[in-house]
Amino acid sequence: MGKDGSGAPVGRRVVLGMLGLGAAGVAAGGYLQNGLDNLLASVTAKDPTGLSGLLPGGQGFRFYSVADSIPHRSAADYRLTVDGLVDRPTTYTLERLQAMPRTRLVRDVQCVTGWRVPHYAFTGVRLADLLAAVGVRPEAKALRFTCFDGVYSESLTLDQAGRPDMLVAYEMDDKPVTAAHGGPVRLYAAPMYFYKSAKWLSGITLTDRVQPGYWEHYGYDVDAWVGRSNGRTDVPTS
Amino acid sequence: MSQPPEALRRFTTAERWIHRTTAVLMGIALITAAFLYLPALAELVGRRRLLVTVHEWTGLLLPLPLLAGLAFRAVRADLRRLNRFNTHDRRWLSAALRYRTVPRPVPAGKFNAGQKLYAALVAGAVLVMLGTGLMMWFTHLAPLVWRTGATFVHDWLALVIAILVLGHIWMAAHDPEARRGMRTGWVARAWARREHPLWEKESPGGEPHP
Repeated sequence: MGKDGSGAPVGRRVVLGMLGLGAAGVAAGGYLQNGLDNLLASVTAKDPTGLSGLLPGGQGFRFYSVADSIPHRSAADYRLTVDGLVDRPTTYTLERLQAMPRTRLVRDVQCVTGWRVPHYAFTGVRLADLLAAVGVRPEAKALRFTCFDGVYSESLTLDQAGRPDMLVAYEMDDKPVTAAHGGPVRLYAAPMYFYKSAKWLSGITLTDRVQPGYWEHYGYDVDAWVGRSNGRTDVPTS
Repeated sequence: MSQPPEALRRFTTAERWIHRTTAVLMGIALITAAFLYLPALAELVGRRRLLVTVHEWTGLLLPLPLLAGLAFRAVRADLRRLNRFNTHDRRWLSAALRYRTVPRPVPAGKFNAGQKLYAALVAGAVLVMLGTGLMMWFTHLAPLVWRTGATFVHDWLALVIAILVLGHIWMAAHDPEARRGMRTGWVARAWARREHPLWEKESPGGEPHP
């Protein structure tokens, strides 16, 4: 092998050095990412190409879906069914939802994977108003949300659903909710991690107990308060 | 196997299979990462749970081909060559850094210093990705601040790995004989004399030292 196989073990040093850097990054990464987020936010604001938005920690929504494709439903075809333990099971059109009292909330959006979008506006009908309209039977304890992507589901307790910051939203950023964001109508659970805010909402069923939703079968907390669940300590959003 | 005398044995069957399986696993890991991470791609396929599962298991399997390959003497010998840096490697690196002023070529062994560094960087990166990935996968393994840090390292190192691998493919795309070496195990002696002269000299049947 001659002198090609002799000399300083630089390869081993590089590997060990990277392990050391990796460990240092794990220890310091939380603080570094905060600083980088601020830096990237200012870079992204002046970046006409939009490429900086692809860097880790860039501001903005990321698209998560568990379904095969983005389901599309037009405003005219959209229906929301409210049934289960209610006095008057009802199917709502988008028009009928929009005719109900409007509520506009501006809050931070916090994903359980770490990204956060500051000061974002959601507009829609308070879940409490919708429940009052259909009449909740005394034995009802929880809500189960189903979606027209055919896969996703979510849940809230009746007490949680009664909060004034729980919306059935048809506008984001004062524009109709797009298909990618879960339009025409999605849930917006302001005080909770964003996986609770089910996209493509098509059904609300009142049940006698909480039936955990899609991600909750994979270990996420059912009571997903921002900053007080899923082992995270984010600043509360509502 | 009768090969023309002008051909040199560069890689054994075991080495080529290690490269192939590692390349496939690395490709799947990078592609699933892109579909999990980039919104435009994520919107195309959805299926997040499936992508996460494929990504996790691919990452777990990624180091195995090389570990299994340690059973072969030729693999261990090439790892030793990749590990050790001698004076000719330092000359090669400094020439590469001043490529505008220093005329090529600078003699290299079986692997040039750039290839040696690439191998070490990717090996180290895969181990760091494995460690940080496991911390993100099994959330009870580490406290929250470490997991945030692990996510930070995993995200940024993924970007570095993608650039390294694209560079690796770019170099291969410009060298058909190097690709033939990895595909068939054999390379032309003329190519070895030009690209890896120190290795060509030590290989059986090579011209004696002047």
